[in-house]
Amino acid sequence: MSRISMEQVKHVAHLARLAITEEEAEQFQNQLEQMISFAEQLNELDTDQVNPTSHVLDMKNVMREDVAKPGLPVEEVVKNAPDSKEGYIRVPAIME
Amino acid sequence: MSLFEQKVSELHQRLHNKEISVTDLVNESYKRIGQVEDKVKAFLTLDEENARNQAKQLDDQLVKGESQGALFGMPIGVKDNIVTKNLRTTCASKILENFDPIYDATVVQKLQQAETVTIGKLNMDEFAMGSSNENSAYQATRNPWNTDYVPGGSSGGSAASVASGEVLFSLGSDTGGSIRQPAAYCGVVGLKPTYGRVSRFGLVAFASSLDQIGPVTRTVEDNAYLLEAISGVDPMDSTSANLDVPNFVNSLTGDVKGLKIAVPKEYLGEGVGEEARNSVLEALKVLEGLGAVWEEVSLPHSKYALAAYYLLSSSEASANLSRFDGVRFGHRTDNAETLIDMYKQTRSEGFGDEVKRRIMLGTFSLSSGYYDAYYKKAQKVRTLIKKDFEDVFEKYDVIVGPTTPTPAFKIGEKVADPLTMYANDILTIPVNLAGVPGISVPCGFAANGLPLGLQMIGKHFDESTIYRAAHAFEQATDFHKQFPKL
Repeated sequence: MSRISMEQVKHVAHLARLAITEEEAEQFQNQLEQMISFAEQLNELDTDQVNPTSHVLDMKNVMREDVAKPGLPVEEVVKNAPDSKEGYIRVPAIME
Repeated sequence: MSLFEQKVSELHQRLHNKEISVTDLVNESYKRIGQVEDKVKAFLTLDEENARNQAKQLDDQLVKGESQGALFGMPIGVKDNIVTKNLRTTCASKILENFDPIYDATVVQKLQQAETVTIGKLNMDEFAMGSSNENSAYQATRNPWNTDYVPGGSSGGSAASVASGEVLFSLGSDTGGSIRQPAAYCGVVGLKPTYGRVSRFGLVAFASSLDQIGPVTRTVEDNAYLLEAISGVDPMDSTSANLDVPNFVNSLTGDVKGLKIAVPKEYLGEGVGEEARNSVLEALKVLEGLGAVWEEVSLPHSKYALAAYYLLSSSEASANLSRFDGVRFGHRTDNAETLIDMYKQTRSEGFGDEVKRRIMLGTFSLSSGYYDAYYKKAQKVRTLIKKDFEDVFEKYDVIVGPTTPTPAFKIGEKVADPLTMYANDILTIPVNLAGVPGISVPCGFAANGLPLGLQMIGKHFDESTIYRAAHAFEQATDFHKQFPKL
């Protein structure tokens, strides 16, 4: 019996914006279960007094001068868009 | 003999003496590609017309006697997750099948300043997720030493193209071993620089706190030349380190007398094959013979690195890959009415299985209720792993071990089981988690004729010392003088 339910798998797929079939959901359920079990070996370590590392170098908030510079040309930017019109990128309607 | 059996410095001298031209070098590349690419399948895109035009221009400069840098005219291959303006960049994914970048990555700009010639874009595992190149949406690159075997990954095209003599050298990227592991499998030299040494601007992000671009070459000296050309702080990458770039080639003195080497017992223990272990013990004898000293040490948290890595890298990937949504670039589905459906269908059609699997794991470990138990826990374990390295480097100059537990495996052998596939990377992953530099140099051949790699790991921003050690070892051995027969 998996600790990760099919509902959870489908919820995660929705958060990840992936359309999955029932069959794929079962596959992900197994694989997630396997990987999560593997990852739980980390619980052997007591890390209560350990700070998390998100970045290995001792640097923070690298700033630059706030100087205006030209952006990329619009025609270049939309060149790779699957659907564009007059410099705008078109997507399916988001409102009724 | 192929021109690419010579070093950068030798070719540079021959160009300078007008014994050869840049056109000769570029011809050599495409000629060899014509001969072996059917078998090796290292390239996704060739840029032949531009490369030949550029060669002519550079030859004109040569005739005029204009001064040339060390890498002037040298043919290079670039991994396909490094963006190249007006040269298709796919990350070996269907979702970027027709992506035509509108700018160059910083490393590509630096190559242009160095006047190298880009031959084409190299195959990889999709979005750099994999250890065999079998996760490419387009083709499986083969190991030039035996085409039934994988070249390693994810920079498999980068390593195979150099090993087979299609290019003089190449750029790869390394998130958990993706330069060093294929370099070991293909018998070439691959370096993952210190995190922050090389700008990541224009490297399509997989796991931003781990990714680094680095050189794949035939010799350590060539590697040092190429790293020097691509290193340095970049205003476009706030994680690039504001440090002067050393003259790495000057560090290749051949002198390792008194060098203090640490050999982690975890790197020769459980899960590491007999042949890999023996090749490292032989290599240590060579280094001892050159005056270095070694002792066994412990990196006690090594066994937890793999689990921490998969949680962290997948979490970062799930965030980074959210940009592939069918809106601004790449594939868009024809089968959706609403915006949300468009995102979902586009991504499901465009991403391969391994990429989806990691996005799912990453999204799960970042989701509400699981974040502390998985993602944050892994970040804390990362601190312990980093500390292991700091402790050892208080007393030692370099850490030495195998690059991989075994030589290359057969195509198809491990695709069914992700966890077995991931286990190839147990010796390279801790290096990315700690952010330190690591190199793989050829150190022997297994009974089946496939190459083995020796890994040398250094302190933060001390690539010079691992280059010095790797070069001394290379000069005392002749593994780098052997070439696959294709």
